[in-house]
Amino acid sequence: MESLNLPSILSPDLGLLFWMLLAFLVVFFVLGKYGFPIIVQMVEERKNFIDESLKNAREANEKLAGVKSESERILKEARDKQAEILKEAMATRDSIVREAREQAQLEGQKLLDEARTQIQIEKDGALREIRNTVTDISIGIAEKLMRRQLSIKGEQERYIGQMLDEMIGKQ
Amino acid sequence: MNYCKSIICLLFVLFLGVSGLYASNSEKNAESVDVKEIVLGHMGDDYSWHISTWRGHHISILLPVILRSETTGWHVFSSARFHDSETGVYQGFFQNPEKNGKIYERDAQGNEIRPWDFSITKNVVQIWIVVVLMLLIFVGSARWYRNKLKGDAAPGGFVGLVEMFVMMVHDDIIKASIGEKHYRPYVPYLLTAFFFIFITNLMGLIPIFPGGANVTGNITITFFLAMCTLLIVNFSGNKEYWKEIFWPPVPAWLKVPVPMMPVIELFGIFTKPFALMVRLFANIMGGHAIILSLTCVIFITCQLGAFIGTPLTIVSFVLMIFMNCLELLVAFIQAYVFTMLSAVFIGLAHPEIHEK
Repeated sequence: MESLNLPSILSPDLGLLFWMLLAFLVVFFVLGKYGFPIIVQMVEERKNFIDESLKNAREANEKLAGVKSESERILKEARDKQAEILKEAMATRDSIVREAREQAQLEGQKLLDEARTQIQIEKDGALREIRNTVTDISIGIAEKLMRRQLSIKGEQERYIGQMLDEMIGKQ
Repeated sequence: MNYCKSIICLLFVLFLGVSGLYASNSEKNAESVDVKEIVLGHMGDDYSWHISTWRGHHISILLPVILRSETTGWHVFSSARFHDSETGVYQGFFQNPEKNGKIYERDAQGNEIRPWDFSITKNVVQIWIVVVLMLLIFVGSARWYRNKLKGDAAPGGFVGLVEMFVMMVHDDIIKASIGEKHYRPYVPYLLTAFFFIFITNLMGLIPIFPGGANVTGNITITFFLAMCTLLIVNFSGNKEYWKEIFWPPVPAWLKVPVPMMPVIELFGIFTKPFALMVRLFANIMGGHAIILSLTCVIFITCQLGAFIGTPLTIVSFVLMIFMNCLELLVAFIQAYVFTMLSAVFIGLAHPEIHEK
């Protein structure tokens, strides 16, 4: 190399190499410890933080949407329950009315039955009276017939009929 | 407003032309411009940092020379000592003009020997400036994160820019090229390499003091960086990686009587970092060379006369602006490519076990 006598930029120089080595090692160790790793680490941490924040935000949004749907569900449930209660109340009212009606009907029937029995009793009483009266009348007529001593059969029958008419008419 | 700007631009270019004229007048009797020497000299390393020449005086930052001679031991002195002495020899050392001005000493037999040279050269200073810049930028940015919780707002301004840049390299180059599974241990090296190359490239584009040294366009530097990648790739390679080198999954006749494929694969271990080394070196060196050559065009054409000099100065100036813009792009692209290919090679050293 020495004998070639190349331009200085092309001939390796030991002194320059030594200083270059020293300088490069200094930069390498100082920046490798206090320079680059701090910057890179910080940027990566920030990147992770941003990613995490985005993830959290997405999760929070999802949760919010969940809460919204939950509240809607609860509202719907309440509405359903309300409708159910109303329906039940209506049914209860109907049943009460129906029961009352039935009760009234029963009561009415009872009254009617009682009236009917009363009427029957009165009717029976009346019939009995009538019968008694008819008996009395019959007896009277018989008495009268006895007393008159009827000779003719036809006459007799006509007379009884007349008598009967009179009796009934009289009553 | 735009009209105004274009007029100012035009005036500026005309002024440049006139200054070129002035240069041509003042240097009429000077020796002709040696483009090769100027270009290589500006791109090369130096024991002092030359800033400008003002009325015949060189304005430079003098840098310490640190030498270890096999015979006389350690020597530390200012590079100005060489210029102070008449013969250019100081304590037995001299700058050898045949060896790019490197320091040599003459032993008893009169042979020129290169001592151990640990001088703080222009490139070394440039490297340390980059180191300080990197420490300020990244440790400063990292300090912003102290007492910050993960839920706090992301940084804005400069720290935000640094964060964006770091994460771009981290996510798009390192993680994407090595793979989700293995990338973590290589993050510090690849980030350091990326930003070292990128900032050094950018500093190299600044024409005056805190920048301007051609560091990444020096084969020593790219050799070192490529060497780091080579060591990391091969020390991190898993069993499958070595199996694929010495017993690649190819037909048996390609590897049994004559181990053709293993030899090719073994070469591949070295050719990959070699390509990294040459690519970065050539790109940056080429860019510097073009810009320096375009600058030389101004001086050469102005020597020929104002008539040719003025228009060519303007052309050269416009081309220089274009090249500088291109070099800004190249500064980023080369850092990107170096880091990405290193990451890809590291990724290739972690092959998944092939299904039978």
